[in-house]
Amino acid sequence: MGLLERFFAPRHPAWGVHPDDRKRPAADAPLRRLPLPERLYVPLQQHVGGAARPVVLAGQKVRKGDLLAEAQGNISAPVHAPTSGRVLAIGEVTAPHPSGLAQIAITLASDGEDRWGERDPVADPFALAPEEIARRTAAAGVVGLGGATFPAAVKFNLGRRLKVRTLIVNGGECEPYLSADDMLMRERAAEVVDGLRIVMHAIGAGNALVGIEANKPQAIAAMRAAAAPCGDVAIRVVPARYPMGSDRQLIETLTGLEVPADARAAEVGVLVHNVSTCAAVHRALRRGEALVERILTVNGGAVRAPGNLLAPVGARVADLLAFTGLHGEPARLILGGPMMGSVLPHANVPLVKGASGILAFDAAEAAVPAAGPCIRCGSCTRACPMGLLPLEMAARIRAGELAAAVDFGLSDCISCGCCAWVCPAHIPLVQYFSHARGELAAGERARLRNAATRRLVEQRSERLAREAREKAAAAAKRKAERDAAKARAAAVTRAADAAAAPLAEATP
Amino acid sequence: MNPASPALPIAAPHAATGAGVARSMLWVCAALAPATLFGFWLYGWPALHLWWITIAFALLGEALCLRLMGRAALPVLGDGSALLTGWLLALSLPPWAPWWIGAGGGLFATVIAKQVFGGLGQNLFNPAMVARVALLISFPVPMTLWTVPLPLGATAAPGFIDGLRITLGGLPAALDAMASASVLGHAKTELARGVDLLHAFAVPSAPTFGLDGVRAGSLGEAASLLIAAGGALLLALRIISWHIPAAMLAAIALPAAILHAVDPARYLDVGTHLLAGGTMLGAFFIATDYVTSPNTRGGQLLFGAGVGALSFVIRSWGGYPEGVAFAVLLMNALVPVIDRYFKPRIHGRDRRGRPLDIAGGDGS
Ligand code: SF4
Ligand code: SF4
Repeated sequence: MGLLERFFAPRHPAWGVHPDDRKRPAADAPLRRLPLPERLYVPLQQHVGGAARPVVLAGQKVRKGDLLAEAQGNISAPVHAPTSGRVLAIGEVTAPHPSGLAQIAITLASDGEDRWGERDPVADPFALAPEEIARRTAAAGVVGLGGATFPAAVKFNLGRRLKVRTLIVNGGECEPYLSADDMLMRERAAEVVDGLRIVMHAIGAGNALVGIEANKPQAIAAMRAAAAPCGDVAIRVVPARYPMGSDRQLIETLTGLEVPADARAAEVGVLVHNVSTCAAVHRALRRGEALVERILTVNGGAVRAPGNLLAPVGARVADLLAFTGLHGEPARLILGGPMMGSVLPHANVPLVKGASGILAFDAAEAAVPAAGPCIRCGSCTRACPMGLLPLEMAARIRAGELAAAVDFGLSDCISCGCCAWVCPAHIPLVQYFSHARGELAAGERARLRNAATRRLVEQRSERLAREAREKAAAAAKRKAERDAAKARAAAVTRAADAAAAPLAEATP
Repeated sequence: MNPASPALPIAAPHAATGAGVARSMLWVCAALAPATLFGFWLYGWPALHLWWITIAFALLGEALCLRLMGRAALPVLGDGSALLTGWLLALSLPPWAPWWIGAGGGLFATVIAKQVFGGLGQNLFNPAMVARVALLISFPVPMTLWTVPLPLGATAAPGFIDGLRITLGGLPAALDAMASASVLGHAKTELARGVDLLHAFAVPSAPTFGLDGVRAGSLGEAASLLIAAGGALLLALRIISWHIPAAMLAAIALPAAILHAVDPARYLDVGTHLLAGGTMLGAFFIATDYVTSPNTRGGQLLFGAGVGALSFVIRSWGGYPEGVAFAVLLMNALVPVIDRYFKPRIHGRDRRGRPLDIAGGDGS
């Protein structure tokens, strides 16, 4: 670290929390490859947006990387075969989501050969047009691997349209327990750097800033070495502070830019991609490989041999846990990190692209402290990286005043969990917020539905009124015609009478 | 306590800080312990008896209310807040006050000033200070009857039994013999008699006032330096932040320094203001009460400054020699207003909550 850099080293931010990171010993264990499971369950919805549409039939043979289901709609991503084998079924499996609802997945029986299908590598991606890079990235099914799972190519196009200048590469990995990105940067720094340079080319960014938390010295060294030849890629050490890996916080720490509420990062000239996403882009372009596997952390007190695994998409959580071994039955299974991850209903759910970690907690880790009354200590407010007032929001939500909670910033909450983590009264603040947001969304839907119903009713009554008007008009017209006809007839009669009169007179 | 707790599956975060309410409260009590022990030594057995009686009745009041509401008392008593309230109240009482002052005050603090408002976290006013002010207004004589320090072991000091009899109100003669004015009280009465401060403190009967704290006053008043040390401990443990104490002490010290320089015969000096009365106890332990103080840093500075300034005003020009308790209560009432105006700025929005302008869209 140069003297200047040391002097201008990012200051310790005022927000956030510093949970015990518990990344070790898992982070230090060597990367292991999960033995290929016999069956893989590839969900059609592993991304934000529309579910993919299957293009294979049960019984069909596929090779690794073959398209299983294609993107459907503007925001969607295809899914590919994680290994070679035969499609067994297309049907429902349990989704990796606390609800435990079913979702559609393609079940694949592995043939054990793990043979790649057609691949179309590009020798020099920088010679390709940006659109072509986006197309290939989309075709490889690359989505944001930091957890957001937003289709990467859609973001490329957005970045190019909004003339993004700086690519921010998120190597923060601020969640405790997780070290998958750390492992990736240590093992595959060159891929990450090449991938991020391809992304820069795809979005037209002039430079890239890679933010890595200070608690990953090996990753920092590896990335520095890999990026040394590239003058436009800077590796920046950021303080280890949760939620440093959140887009807005990382952007502000690295560039000083504050993304306005309701705006996208690209609108202030930056775009954020995760290091794993960049590595996936590298593989998609340089090797023509679809996104079918990822590095993820399996950790937690109940895991016998915690560490990072290279596992195919569609492997069951149970396969992973069987491989690492367990100390008894885990008290809680979590997909993602402990701060923002979601509870898994059971281990019989498939791994998705966005899964950065699977945590199996023992009873001590899973213990939920009893919530007490709020003592207004203000810790939550000071921890909130968004500058919200969690205690006031929670108080309003408890009183059923959702609009007031929105005034205190409910809609700006990023659900990072800092407030609930720090609360000495152990109030499940985030739970209040998600509940309230659910209510608000339901209210909004109901409002829209009501508006739609009202519109329909209005249209109907308008139609009825119009019809009535038309009917009346028609009736009036008919009446007028009748009257006219009558008048005409009367006139004729009168004329006839008049004509007849002289006759009558003439015929006494 | 969380009646409408949404019935959701366990949600993130799946981790929590090790800190808890009870832990903070017990640390605060621990920070009070040295000053309290010093007070016991200085004022003898009666002080000790009054201390435990006050705390016992504060706990009793809390337990009674919880039982009446049909809730289990033990877990709530375990949060330490009633213990702390009783302790703070005891430290603000005249050490030789009769037992019913402590008992009534303790009950009043937890029943009327806390549970009636809805319990921990719901009270607008600091319970210990509400009780102290209620006692002061209702029973001005015993509440302003201070005693000369009579350290344990001194020949004239009452023993355990005599101490208990004093607390139980059985030895009025002993009390009268030991009566003395506090520094602030002495200053006020002398000024009211038309004696200026230069002469008032020159007479031999004037209360002594030294840094060692050997002087007349409440338990928490005598050992102001030990109280400040306890406050420093809380700062170091990050249980309190510096904003309220610093603002409050500055708001007392600044006008005191100016006015004392202008007219020393009329205004007490900075040292006396800071070390006498409830200044230190107020600054570190009372004004910093989470429940009854603002929860943003800006609001805390304003709140602390308000408590300090009002204390100074009441001491210098008000009807009572000491004003910290009143000042705290007055500022407590303003906390909702302060909280309304001192909101943190939401990330990505301006102070009024509108989204920031999109800047830097084109190269700069
Ligand atoms: S209020 Fe929302 S953004 Fe703020 S700390 Fe809590 S979860 Fe995070
Ligand atoms: S951290 Fe918890 S107890 Fe403290 S103010 Fe926030 S909600 Fe209340």
